[in-house]
Amino acid sequence: MAPNTVNAPIYMDNNATTPMNPRVLEAMLPYFCEEFGNAASRIHAFGWRAEEAVERAREQIARLIGAALKEIVFTSGATESDNLALKGVAEMYQEKGDHIITQVTEHKAVLDSAKRLERQGFEITYLPVDRDGLVDPDDVRRALRETTILISIMAANNEIGVLQPVSEIGRIAKERGVLFHSDAAQALGKITVDVKAWGTDLVSLSAHKMYGPKGVGALYVRGRDPRVRLSPMMDGGGHERGMRSGTLDVPGIVGFGAACELAYQEMEAGAERIRALRDRLQSGILSHLEEVYLNGHPDRRLPGTCNLSFAYVEGESLMMGLNEIAVSSGSACTSATLEPSYVLRALGVGDELAHSSIRFGLGRFNTEEEVDYVIKRVKETVERLREMSPLYEMAKEGIDLSSVQWQT
Amino acid sequence: MAYSDKVIDHYKNPRNVGSFSKSEQGVGTGIVGAPECGDVMKLQIKVNEKTEVIEEARFKTFGCGSAIASSSLITEWVKGKSIEEALAIKNTEIVSELSLPPVKIHCSVLAEDAIKAAIADYKKKTDQAGNETHGHHRDQ
Repeated sequence: MAPNTVNAPIYMDNNATTPMNPRVLEAMLPYFCEEFGNAASRIHAFGWRAEEAVERAREQIARLIGAALKEIVFTSGATESDNLALKGVAEMYQEKGDHIITQVTEHKAVLDSAKRLERQGFEITYLPVDRDGLVDPDDVRRALRETTILISIMAANNEIGVLQPVSEIGRIAKERGVLFHSDAAQALGKITVDVKAWGTDLVSLSAHKMYGPKGVGALYVRGRDPRVRLSPMMDGGGHERGMRSGTLDVPGIVGFGAACELAYQEMEAGAERIRALRDRLQSGILSHLEEVYLNGHPDRRLPGTCNLSFAYVEGESLMMGLNEIAVSSGSACTSATLEPSYVLRALGVGDELAHSSIRFGLGRFNTEEEVDYVIKRVKETVERLREMSPLYEMAKEGIDLSSVQWQT
Repeated sequence: MAYSDKVIDHYKNPRNVGSFSKSEQGVGTGIVGAPECGDVMKLQIKVNEKTEVIEEARFKTFGCGSAIASSSLITEWVKGKSIEEALAIKNTEIVSELSLPPVKIHCSVLAEDAIKAAIADYKKKTDQAGNETHGHHRDQ
């Protein structure tokens, strides 16, 4: 089916995870069988070499985000980092206050951590977003209380790629002396992450979204002005300055460092190329099909992300038709909950269009030929499914679907 | 989620996609589900009014692959059946034929509802037509 220029299957789900860069693998390989030491073994050469490798990676990561070495705490990934940031701050600063501000399109790692804290007696404000998916910094300002100890607003959304105004929120947090956490799992390696410019005190990072290995991430924890303290979630040997016990995943950390090093050198050029591919995909689809809607802000967006709703076509059936193309859908049918995407609903996208959404996540290994192939396949599949759709037929007959009494 | 071969076959080669005119004699139309739930099925039957046998069936479905397959399958099954036989089709038969997983059982329920709604619509139409005819006779 595929022409010679593209190799199916095509991977366009880079918001879920990215393929590891072979250069990252190369950096990791010696740390499995040869340099297998425990970085905490400060008494022999095996341990020293492992520690050296970890510290080199720490430097590579710190440099990419403008942090100091001591401000990087290694974790198992952004989910753990989010949990540690919210729960660790809540427990450490509970004498100071019990109020936390976040927003409705955060990743579940933040929202569910916040919900757990709520059950424990903390007060949580969930700020709304506008139709483009953006938080209004003035809403953050208005939500602040004497008892507010933390603001948690993501840098880039995983479903729609929208970039929140973190620098503005960071300034507000600074003015009021409230800690500011940002989940930058989707942002790292795609856009500039600068903890100083952002005014963030805590930043969650992940390796596998930026061509590094799975199972490793970090939490940036500001070391001065203010020095952020955290109650650890894991009790044990007191690794990572007591904030995260557990033997370090040396090969994973080396890979994370290598991925950050590559991002530091190549991100700018890479982002331009990916943005051009994304724009080609988006305009290609929009020019070939009517009633396709872009979800999220058109410009304030990650370069590779494009979330589209195809009216009258259900997302899972569209993905089934694109079976040689890996994408993701906000359709309920792809989740266990039977609820369509809470992110799209928060934007005010109707449930019908939320069910019809597809997220295309382009990455550094996608090609122009792949994009053109995907445009063609999306077009033919949407057209075929619309011919099969009673909603399309009704709309063509001039029936206002919102006025129909559905039999459920 | 992995689909069964039969679901994939119905999705790729759906049987009896299309529409009859709703006003046509002998046609019953059932539309069930709602767009905000992610599934809408339109199922139509064309009934021989003398024999009450379903001679043709058509469907259009907005929904996942399993919903499309369930409606495609039921159009095949009802063809040639009497109305009574068609009413006896159970969603569980669709589940086992298509090997639907538990999260997709609602697709089969919707297909069963759709055929019942189409038959009810057919009956309502023929009853109305009958009443009109009777009324006409009385006028004479």
